[in-house]
Amino acid sequence: MQEASNLNPEKNLRLSGSSEITPSGGGVAFLLHLADNALILSQRNSEWCGHGPILEQDIAITNISLDLLGQARNFYQYVAQLINENAGISLAPKAAPSGENLTVASEDSLAYLRTEREFKNCLLVEQPNGDWAQTILRQFFFTAYQFYLYQHLQNSKDEQIAAIATKALKEVTYHLRWSSEWVIRLGDGTAESHERMLNAIDELWSYTGELFEAAGYEFPLIAEGIAADLLFIKDKWQAKIEEIFMEATLPLPVNTFMHQGGKEGLHSEHLGYILAELQYMQRTYPGSEW
Amino acid sequence: MTVIQNNLFQDTGITEQKIWDVLSMVTDPEVPVLSILDLGIVREVIIHNQNAGENILSVEIIITPTYTGCPAMDMISMNIKLAFLEKGYKNIIITSVLSPAWTTDWMSEAGKEKLKAYGIAPPQLNPAGLHKGRMEKLFKEEKNIGCPLCNSINTRLISQFGSTACKALYQCNDCKEPFDYFKCH
Repeated sequence: MQEASNLNPEKNLRLSGSSEITPSGGGVAFLLHLADNALILSQRNSEWCGHGPILEQDIAITNISLDLLGQARNFYQYVAQLINENAGISLAPKAAPSGENLTVASEDSLAYLRTEREFKNCLLVEQPNGDWAQTILRQFFFTAYQFYLYQHLQNSKDEQIAAIATKALKEVTYHLRWSSEWVIRLGDGTAESHERMLNAIDELWSYTGELFEAAGYEFPLIAEGIAADLLFIKDKWQAKIEEIFMEATLPLPVNTFMHQGGKEGLHSEHLGYILAELQYMQRTYPGSEW
Repeated sequence: MTVIQNNLFQDTGITEQKIWDVLSMVTDPEVPVLSILDLGIVREVIIHNQNAGENILSVEIIITPTYTGCPAMDMISMNIKLAFLEKGYKNIIITSVLSPAWTTDWMSEAGKEKLKAYGIAPPQLNPAGLHKGRMEKLFKEEKNIGCPLCNSINTRLISQFGSTACKALYQCNDCKEPFDYFKCH
């Protein structure tokens, strides 16, 4: 693990019940996958801050960013706790890992001090914002996936994952509603907005297949009832996409080649640029605090 | 961890009632008319007796975030500690829990009145069942949200997302005033 940066050590996280995850298994990788998805999409959406098409939608997209950042923080905090417990480090509420060479994991070290290959987010969330149509469609594809995933994870055998999913699902419901409405508004809008949605589908569809391909670390967790059966989620996701696309007068793409690799750490070139911006301050001034 | 019986408070002068009294003075940074008790953020107070030679008490305050990414939570934690420091209590531990997930059902009636007086329409519906229906009614909005200024229910939704995660933007069709609505959640 990397050095601790500036995690607020006074924050005391209480797990919601017994943890079923052992750090040596795939649990940490799976949790990082969930966290990285949320963090990277949050970062992408936040690029709209101050640039939204109208003020209300600028506020909406940054609200969604904030919700996603909150999810990421919950998962990273949980991972950090698991890693530290496994290393025999028990953080008293006030024991600050102050600058010394303490190898303490924290939500900050996980977000700011890992490299591209260590990030396990899907390729979809790191794709560029493009125009408003492309940002909307990326959000819709991802949110629909997250909606059914979290519905499933509410019953995860791991009680902390279940608690985070239950909490986040309430907010993801807003995201799904908002992005569904926008897909319909643009798809069934003007000739130009319709065309922009078609272009967005062309750009993004081939990144949706990966959402439903289990990574190596997920298989044992699915068997144990910790992670979700992705085929089950895929059916619901497809039905939702069909329903909204039909209302939006948009064609459903036929099956094409699907990119994958993000969940295992093999990313498109975009992620490096995202991390360069996201991690710049901690890399340049290690341990700096806001 | 022990949930302490009343007789242990007496040594230091801390009583459970005093703890709740101090907490009732801590307000939400975004909606300063509401205390964190009005919001239902404080879930539990536990007094720990750490008998390490001398009788040291610490108080654990268990809080839950309203929204997953609510940035006010760190400030609320700090404000709780400061409020207790002012009263001379140092050993305050803030613990954040996620389950059960916060709901506007936990907001006090007094809190709803204060919100309205402050110009924010309080949550009006019972959230139970709302989330199920929310996806089936695209482009529909919560109806009959009363304008906090003129009390008209002839209002319309401008945006589901407002100045903070917990609020939506509405406008009154009668007095034309735009206002925040504290969403049912």
